[in-house]
Amino acid sequence: MEGIMNMVGQVGRNVIQSVAKLGDATLFALATLRLLFAKPWQGKHFVMQMYAVGVGSLIIVVITGAFTGMVLALQGYHMLVKVGTEALLGPWVALSLIRELGPVLAALMFVGRAGSSITAEIGIMRVTEQMDALEMMAVNPQARVMLTRIIACAISLPLLVAIFDVVGLFAGYLIGVEMLGVNGGVYIGETIDKVGMIDIQAGITKSIYFGLLVGIICTYMGQRATATTEGVAKATTRAVMLCSVMVLVVDYIITSFYL
Amino acid sequence: MIKTQALVRSFDGVKALGGIDLHIEKRKVTVIMGGSGSGKTTLLRLLAGLEAPTSGSILFAGEDLASVSKKRLYELRMRVGMVFQYSALLNSLDVYENVAFPLHEHTDLDESVIQTMVTMKLEQVGLRGFECMMPSQLSGGMAKRVAFARALVMDPQVVFFDEPTSGLDPISAGVVSTLIHETTAKTRMTSVVVTHDVEAGLKIADHVILLWQGQVIAEGSPESIQQSEDPRVQQFIKGEPNGPIPFSRSQTAYIDDLMHKPGCVRMA
Repeated sequence: MEGIMNMVGQVGRNVIQSVAKLGDATLFALATLRLLFAKPWQGKHFVMQMYAVGVGSLIIVVITGAFTGMVLALQGYHMLVKVGTEALLGPWVALSLIRELGPVLAALMFVGRAGSSITAEIGIMRVTEQMDALEMMAVNPQARVMLTRIIACAISLPLLVAIFDVVGLFAGYLIGVEMLGVNGGVYIGETIDKVGMIDIQAGITKSIYFGLLVGIICTYMGQRATATTEGVAKATTRAVMLCSVMVLVVDYIITSFYL
Repeated sequence: MIKTQALVRSFDGVKALGGIDLHIEKRKVTVIMGGSGSGKTTLLRLLAGLEAPTSGSILFAGEDLASVSKKRLYELRMRVGMVFQYSALLNSLDVYENVAFPLHEHTDLDESVIQTMVTMKLEQVGLRGFECMMPSQLSGGMAKRVAFARALVMDPQVVFFDEPTSGLDPISAGVVSTLIHETTAKTRMTSVVVTHDVEAGLKIADHVILLWQGQVIAEGSPESIQQSEDPRVQQFIKGEPNGPIPFSRSQTAYIDDLMHKPGCVRMA
């Protein structure tokens, strides 16, 4: 009986702790995003961070996009050809990429490449007192370090998703038309016919939310990391895990609104 | 310049500082000394406004740091510099950019003027010519001196130093101590130095504050501290292992810990 009570107590404590952390993270996000309208304007630093997180993730996103498009075309062709609808290969690849795989896979790649580095960088800045140094030089680290990274993520990820989609579509075309012999005109015509603005809107909406989410989680985890090397390592791992799970959860929620 | 009244700082109910009353005089070097865990760094962080007190007040030029707005705190910090224990140089910037950072942030000066000012500060700390080096390429002593140049670049009224000589070889430690002493005398700024380096502390201090267990146990000129009859002061400045300040901080009976698994004690 005592063992069960202990277990229940532990579960209760964990739930309370998780709710407290969620509240803390929400307050952190609100306090940080509020600084978007505060002076001084961090324009130059947004651009620098966009270069760091966006351009830095470009290669991995292009490679992932290309292979995803190729696999979709290959897999889709062999399925569609069985029922004689290989003419729909273009929309199959395009809709899969634009609505689902583009935003989700690009976001997961982005988490691994940019999100982890954001958490680690902020954690190390805390350990080495660089955050305090900024404070002492009358520079608000929440605006300079946190906000610039969150906004850079929210702007960079939709752009990366767009690149992912374009590369994936092109790679799918190459496999479908050039390798498997689907008619090129039909491939493009059906794609234009079947893909609507609502599909593109769904993909963009998801990528904006994913970008914001990754930015907020990764900066929060870095900011709250225990000021030790082990603490920074743990925070980085947790940030990547949490972001990956949250991307999938939020993807489901947004998809359910668009269907 | 800076006054504290009944300053208390607690962490999870444990008092790190228990009611400190201080007066840091203008244009003097005030050295705060004490053993590890005596509350020196906590006190410095409070004086610098990096932490808020649990109770009591910190008056900086007549304004209570605990009640000023963030905007006002930043305005006051334009008059303050700080040299951190591990230098805290921004590691994505080179030496020049680190020293120029406050000028780029808070002034509209022409880059040529900034360059001149940075060169002057680096010359002052003996590091002219090292502008292009990254913090990772600097030795501990060099990093401290770059941090010193950065703290001086806005011509502050007060500079806080957290353990400026710790981890340095005797020559580098001497250079840093001399820099603090000479710069304070020449520029007429106020220096607040936290250290457990007794020799260096007494050498550069105009005023010494000795802390133990979050309380001021002695205060005065270096000479008066050296002549103090308080056995705790004598033990500390002579570095004697035996005396009223215990070496062991264990709060449980030794025999109990030998017989059973030792319990963990939260540090006060």
